[in-house]
Amino acid sequence: MKQNPISFQLKLNPEDFLPATEEEKQSQIIMRESVSFWKDGMRRLLKNKVAMTSIVVIIIVMVFSFIVPAFYPYSYKWQMKGANNLGPMEYSEEEQERIAAGEKVFPHIFGTDKMGRDYAIRVMMGSRISLLVGLIATGIILIIGSAYGSIAAFFGGWVDLIMMRIVDIIYTIPDILLIVLLSFALKAPLGNLKNVPGFSWVGVVGENLISIFVVFALLYWVGMARMVRSQVLMLKESEYVTAARALGVGNGKIIKKHLLTNCIGTLIVTTTLQIPSSIFTESFLSFLGMGVAVPLPSLGSLASDAINGMNTYPYLLFIPAILISLIILSFNLLGDGLRDAFDPKLKN
Amino acid sequence: MLKYVAKRIGLAVVTIWAVATITFFLMNMVPGGPFLSEKAISPQATAALEAKYGLDKPLLQQYLTYIGDALHGDFGDSLKQRGRTVMDIILMKFPVSARVGGISVLVSLLIGIPLGCIAALKRGKFLDSLISVVATCGIAVPSFVICTVLLYFLGVNLKLLPTIGLTSWKHYVMPVMALSFYPTAYIMRLMRSSMLDVLGQDYMRTAKAKGVSGFVTLFKHALRNAVLPVITYVGPLLAYTVTGSFVVEKIFTIPGLGGEFISAINGRDYTLIMGTTIFLATLIIVMNVVVDIVYKMVDPRIKLK
Repeated sequence: MKQNPISFQLKLNPEDFLPATEEEKQSQIIMRESVSFWKDGMRRLLKNKVAMTSIVVIIIVMVFSFIVPAFYPYSYKWQMKGANNLGPMEYSEEEQERIAAGEKVFPHIFGTDKMGRDYAIRVMMGSRISLLVGLIATGIILIIGSAYGSIAAFFGGWVDLIMMRIVDIIYTIPDILLIVLLSFALKAPLGNLKNVPGFSWVGVVGENLISIFVVFALLYWVGMARMVRSQVLMLKESEYVTAARALGVGNGKIIKKHLLTNCIGTLIVTTTLQIPSSIFTESFLSFLGMGVAVPLPSLGSLASDAINGMNTYPYLLFIPAILISLIILSFNLLGDGLRDAFDPKLKN
Repeated sequence: MLKYVAKRIGLAVVTIWAVATITFFLMNMVPGGPFLSEKAISPQATAALEAKYGLDKPLLQQYLTYIGDALHGDFGDSLKQRGRTVMDIILMKFPVSARVGGISVLVSLLIGIPLGCIAALKRGKFLDSLISVVATCGIAVPSFVICTVLLYFLGVNLKLLPTIGLTSWKHYVMPVMALSFYPTAYIMRLMRSSMLDVLGQDYMRTAKAKGVSGFVTLFKHALRNAVLPVITYVGPLLAYTVTGSFVVEKIFTIPGLGGEFISAINGRDYTLIMGTTIFLATLIIVMNVVVDIVYKMVDPRIKLK
């Protein structure tokens, strides 16, 4: 049938309506499951040898600092008589007598310090404290920073303007000066607080440690807040946010459910890179004598204590020093790996 | 441009005021007073001393008086080091910190920039991996670790360098090494990534296509553009290192401003605490503002907000 060239009739081809052949059906089969955000990121992360090595190192350090001390025969505050300043794998006279009597004595792997405390367990406890400080401080920063940044970006306008000016001011305040001052100023009020019933835990944790957390909570969230703000500013124009708003979802829920979940990549990376910098600051403060309270060791205070005896017992200094560098290095490398895996745009 | 500069300066002034206010009230939260530790002193004498320095007045009045005086450039007398004004002490201690800090910033620039460039130019080769590994490790080592390791090997074991004080050029070697370690590593990383960025730009290819020699493209086109991010980093860095690192000054017993600040807090020397804090904060904040403004003038591609 010949068709009029200027007809608007559809040009239908009867062949298009035949059942599909087997060959054509093949192309519709889903060969592989669709790759989700997590799977895609994990696949890239697992391929990254450097990042995997640093995860292994971090896990080993965590096992030694959180699990091994529970089984360890010595305690970090147990001062053994006559066992002062033993070298690695040495025994005190009393212990040698016990060995001679057929008893089994666990060796002091790293020796003992000048108070006769086993150094291996002190190093383990020290890295536990350093890791805890890093993780908790980062948690605080994550919560404050992401809440602040997303609120500023979401509401925009003058709210954003005022909130970001505050961030600018905190950002330029010289942090070290304020940290030193704050940790001095908070010592007394916290000392009084631990005598108030219900707040006795303050004494256990140590006033200095709490003031470190306060300092982090006050000063260090600004970087995180800026990061989250820039992400949310971009995301809040997306269609799904408009859709959620059209459906009558409240502001708080949009921020929590849609905006923050969608910048999870940035959050993970920034958080991981924040951990080493928190550990860094804690060790610095402990080194200056403003860190954890006395019987508790931290890697910084261990290194600081060992400086005086450096000539005779250099290993007391080098063990915590090397360990802290190793921990910071592993977290840094892991953060880089996570960034490449989950947030490739952030690179460079 | 003018509007931007005015805005930045306004913000800087507010920040300095905020730092001064926070410091003032925090400092007064620290228990104990400047005259408590001197045992032989009678209550009457303490009261007389406090009256002399105006410490018996209400806190708010003290604060207003202090801010008023500070605006006129008067930072008061030191409460502990009798007969010396705060300005005298700062002007005596600051050059010491500034010299050590200035040299170490120079050293880190002189090492960091060339090595970062080399790493970028030899991308993927052995030299690049080596430099990257060194830089990554470098930013993971806290300064007190560097200090103590240096002290142990160069100072105590080999006895090559003196460990205490600051009298000859030899005394500078270790503090400068310790202070410049982290910035060097950081500048290397920064320089490498910005150089890689620049090397991939179109104008680099154009220059090559025009037959410009490799030397000229490197120094005239690549380096000048790649060094910009380093400038933003160097400003605050200079301020921080020049004002003295607490750790390095403590370990090498350098009579600088950092150590003075710690001992001022320990001794509750209120006026000295205020003076050093305002001085250091102003230096850091001014440095930041200057760098931001210079950065925008040097690179017209950056839009003024």
